[in-house]
Amino acid sequence: MNFCSPETWSNFAGEFIALWTDDTHAYALFKGEFLAVELTGGAYPALSVRHPGAGWFERLTKDLNGHEAQGAHHTATAIEHFRAPDGTAPWPEFATPHAEGLHQIAVGPIHAGIIEPGHFRFSVIGEKILKLEARLGYSHKGTLGLMRGKSPRLAARFAARVSGDATVAHSLAFAHAAESALHMHIPERAVFLRAVMSELERIANHTSDIGAIAGDAGFAFLDARFAWHRESFCAAAQSAFGHRLMMDVVIPGGVAADIFPAGPVAILRALDALEMELPSLQRVFEDYASLQDRLVGTGHISTHLAEKYAAGGFTGRASGRRTDARQDPGYAPYNTVALAIPVETEGDVAARIRIRLAEIVESIRLIRLFLDLPRTPIAVAPPQSSGIGLGVAESFRGSAWHWLKIESGLITNAFIADPSTLHWPLLEHAAITGIVADFPLINKSINASYSGVDL
Amino acid sequence: MVWKTLARHLAAKPAAPRHADAGTTEALSQRLKETSARKLGRSLAIRHVAAGSCNGCELELRATQNMIHDLTRYGLSFTPSPRHADVLLITGVAARNMIDAVRQAREAMPDPAFTIAAGDCAVDGGVFKGSPAITGGADSILPIDLLIPGCPPTPAAIIEALLALLEAQDPPALIMREI
Repeated sequence: MNFCSPETWSNFAGEFIALWTDDTHAYALFKGEFLAVELTGGAYPALSVRHPGAGWFERLTKDLNGHEAQGAHHTATAIEHFRAPDGTAPWPEFATPHAEGLHQIAVGPIHAGIIEPGHFRFSVIGEKILKLEARLGYSHKGTLGLMRGKSPRLAARFAARVSGDATVAHSLAFAHAAESALHMHIPERAVFLRAVMSELERIANHTSDIGAIAGDAGFAFLDARFAWHRESFCAAAQSAFGHRLMMDVVIPGGVAADIFPAGPVAILRALDALEMELPSLQRVFEDYASLQDRLVGTGHISTHLAEKYAAGGFTGRASGRRTDARQDPGYAPYNTVALAIPVETEGDVAARIRIRLAEIVESIRLIRLFLDLPRTPIAVAPPQSSGIGLGVAESFRGSAWHWLKIESGLITNAFIADPSTLHWPLLEHAAITGIVADFPLINKSINASYSGVDL
Repeated sequence: MVWKTLARHLAAKPAAPRHADAGTTEALSQRLKETSARKLGRSLAIRHVAAGSCNGCELELRATQNMIHDLTRYGLSFTPSPRHADVLLITGVAARNMIDAVRQAREAMPDPAFTIAAGDCAVDGGVFKGSPAITGGADSILPIDLLIPGCPPTPAAIIEALLALLEAQDPPALIMREI
């Protein structure tokens, strides 16, 4: 960590990842650099002027800690909705572009499907979307506050529930942070088991999302087949780790339980079934003209825009950014395999699906490698010591970063940056390339987490 | 092309087919026959609302719709509109920012209606119990008729609980809809 002057802070040109504050400092995480600047009068210089991705983080520090980002353009509250005791609140003003025939469409916080809450305000002319503004914060649960005063092992339960679909990745990032703060060395077997779980989670999410996008385009066949495969992986996870989503299995110090004896066979069987059918499903996806018509060119995110927001995961990789936390900064056991990272430049919904299809193939290969488990213990106990740690894990949607301050074995401060935080503004940009009917496809293709940013 | 693939799927036996536990499915169907037709005309439309979940429960709710669990076979279905719903199914804690929306969803539903809290968070706040950002479980917003514990509850547990609701003795208002 580098303590720097406000000037260095404001002018740093690196790739922005996350920003947060504690009682005395503001912290900014960039690729390869970790800056801290002292708060003056409860304020720090805004980064969002130079790094637009910092916007949500700045609004969050204001709502969570009362710290002001000086010079920020966008100062609307994030999770603070100014609710009266009965839960009602005034609606904020949604600015619209000035144009004849323009009207607004309000959607949410409750959406049509089985999905998390959030409000979308579209400004449209006819069907064309001119502007989208997302209002989030509905599922704010106070996760960070609950972590304070608890041991890393206890607080891991909150990390596992930052975003349920990325529970393994968040648990892993949290464990990495705790282990770095407390200088722990993790047994080999736990490292490999964690990687098996991470890749299982990746495949489960990729399969269900690809199917769901096809389903949103009215193409039920792919939806049904991919949902079938997701179910196989959930069942395999159940027989291998005792939980369909593998929640609470990754803990600071290792893993909570070893893989069940029947686990590897169940996992390999699910992998075989998917590997066998994937080429034909991919052909259907690529050859079916009316499906491609909905996906190609839809929700376009240019490489320039992806760079500006430092988009990660398949969202970044579909727009030409070769980023993957498994490789850079990298963590075990991925340093033992030559990781294939698919990259495309089209940046549309179809490209994001192609990236995810390619990632499924790679994850299948990795799980087979990692299932050759070393014979060591599976966990070590966290010591009652103090330290500050930063941890990262590549979730299916991008890099999840956790920051922990631990004193005498108890967490005194924490911050969690879900990759979605950088993707929500990209969704607002991507939406204006399309019509209202395309929005579900665009939204699903990026699949930003609500819970992950509301915290 | 898709037709070729469909044809191949019809011709070929899928590798290691998976089914929901056959015994359970059979027992559930039997129970359904005995109760729901009488009470509900064989249908229960569910409006789901996430009131502050981590999205784990939503994954499992969606999994109830896949072809292995296939909840429509029991006459259960999810509906986008609260106006068409018999059941309000709440997942997640009662986040303060969602309380008003949940209440509005319930008010938009015709009576009679059931409210269900699915998942540990909705049951009593789960791991988030005591957080100042929440008021507790779903029962801190509305009276709840049925609790489905689990973090998240499995698709089988969700379907099982929904059918148990159909079987519940004499839901007073629903009797009116007997055929």
